[in-house]
Amino acid sequence: MTAVRRFLSSGWLAAYAFLYVVFLYLPVIFLPIFSINTAATPKFPLSGFTLHWYEDLPRTPALLDAAWNSLIVGVSAAILSTVLGILAARSITRYRYPGRRTINGLIMAPLVLPEVIVAISMLLVMLQLGLSLSLFTVVLGHVLVCIPYSMTVLTSGFEGFDRSLEEASSDLGESAFGTFRRVTLPMVAPAIISSLLVCFTISLDEFIIAFFLTGTEATLPIYIWGQLRFAAKLPGVLALGTLLLVASFLLMTVAEILRRRATRRTQNEGGLYA
Amino acid sequence: MTAAAEGSPLLRMTRARRNALLQSEPVQGFALISPTFLYALILLVLPILVVIAHSFWTQNYLTIDRTFTLENYRIALTEPIYRDLLWRSLYISLTVSLFTVLLAYPIAYFISFHGGRHKSLWLFLITIPFWTSYLLRVMSWKVILGYNGVLNSGLMGLGIIDEPSTALLYNSSAVIITLTHAWAAFAILPIFVSLEKVDRTLVEAATDLGDGPLRSFLRVTLPLTAPGVISAALIVMIPTVGDYVTPKLVGGKDGVMIANAIQAQFGKASNWPLGAALSVTTMLIVTLMAGATVLIIRALQRLAR
Repeated sequence: MTAVRRFLSSGWLAAYAFLYVVFLYLPVIFLPIFSINTAATPKFPLSGFTLHWYEDLPRTPALLDAAWNSLIVGVSAAILSTVLGILAARSITRYRYPGRRTINGLIMAPLVLPEVIVAISMLLVMLQLGLSLSLFTVVLGHVLVCIPYSMTVLTSGFEGFDRSLEEASSDLGESAFGTFRRVTLPMVAPAIISSLLVCFTISLDEFIIAFFLTGTEATLPIYIWGQLRFAAKLPGVLALGTLLLVASFLLMTVAEILRRRATRRTQNEGGLYA
Repeated sequence: MTAAAEGSPLLRMTRARRNALLQSEPVQGFALISPTFLYALILLVLPILVVIAHSFWTQNYLTIDRTFTLENYRIALTEPIYRDLLWRSLYISLTVSLFTVLLAYPIAYFISFHGGRHKSLWLFLITIPFWTSYLLRVMSWKVILGYNGVLNSGLMGLGIIDEPSTALLYNSSAVIITLTHAWAAFAILPIFVSLEKVDRTLVEAATDLGDGPLRSFLRVTLPLTAPGVISAALIVMIPTVGDYVTPKLVGGKDGVMIANAIQAQFGKASNWPLGAALSVTTMLIVTLMAGATVLIIRALQRLAR
């Protein structure tokens, strides 16, 4: 009751919030709508329902290659950035030392730098080092931009972590590694999986860095970029885009559920049994 | 208890000292973060230094002449085309950050003060579109604003306009709309965090002392959330200045931004030093603009009190 009354008393704010959410979602929703429309140009009124554009997708070899490339890059970037994220998040939440904030700021910096500038700087260095551009260089770039997100997810999972549990474990004779494997890891596992999913999603959707750092192999966003030049291919791109949207949506929902579980686990009185 | 088994007292002492050093908080903490730190040094700091170095060199066909010169900066700052692109990029990013912050503040306020038990659900709802591909979101604006697009065909269907408007797409307003949409969530989160930190008893105290809702908001809540507003503005302003995809897809000729020129120098034009100088200039100017924004918001904050 009180919740309802509070909601009503903030009437105009609630209405604004509703409109805002519509504004956020509306553009994105046009992609699926026009991906099942028979007309090749996205305009109203809708001309009829079809799954034709989806049926064409698996018959495009270039698309399948791009999907495979995206999968490889995404999985590698997710694993690498989560490992680096675990080390950094653990260090930041567990230890106090001089320079900690500066280092943290540096690691988080890619989040707020213009992506083009990050991309071209890495491109310059890689060319100077004589690395030939490939999916490997894309992974290197994606790891850099994924680490800040991984750190954010993991820090919220590690924070409030009850250190006495680890102390109890080492007092009871467990080695440092054993404590990590048998006490720390099970408690932070949801945060780690959440970080893997977030990083995979970012890598799957990332365009600019992949665009600059790839050689001849395309990832899915690069494939889409190439197709945008051809007006006739638009419905196919919309269909592919819809699939990517659904994939990102599902991955992020699972990641969020896990992240919350991780926060609950480390912050509840019950510890592991919560 | 195992001391006797551990050998001579001297050996035990050095081992203890070594262990004490290795187990000291700072050393362990630093050792743990060093791989990530090194990664950021090698793939972020070193590359930026290399870009800065390049900006003082000259492209000599396929090779790079490494004699020091400021020529690239002269071109970046005085050539009308780059000067215009820089100004436009700054104007667009400033407008976008102003809009996103203005639009985001009421939402963040609503969630923080009236969200009740559903705070995290609201936050989730608002952030989820932003985890979808940036490229796809920009593309959907192209679908909406295009000549044969959703808005034109919709307005024509409703009889509001007779023929498709060309004013919607391929200009800087299209870029501003698309970027404002794309960065909305990034502005909501920092403002929300700072609103959550506002001590509710202070707001009550202001009300008890006779301030109306608006006055207590302006004099208590708003100044207290200035840090959130500052980080929201910066987190939108700095990356949008260098946006490449949006101007390319919806900007047309009038919406081209500096990132497109930078990309061209590393691509077709193949003049790396000039591209590097343009990047450095952009970063320096946006840093100045960010600094000015911080100072202005802080000054307003003091005035409000």
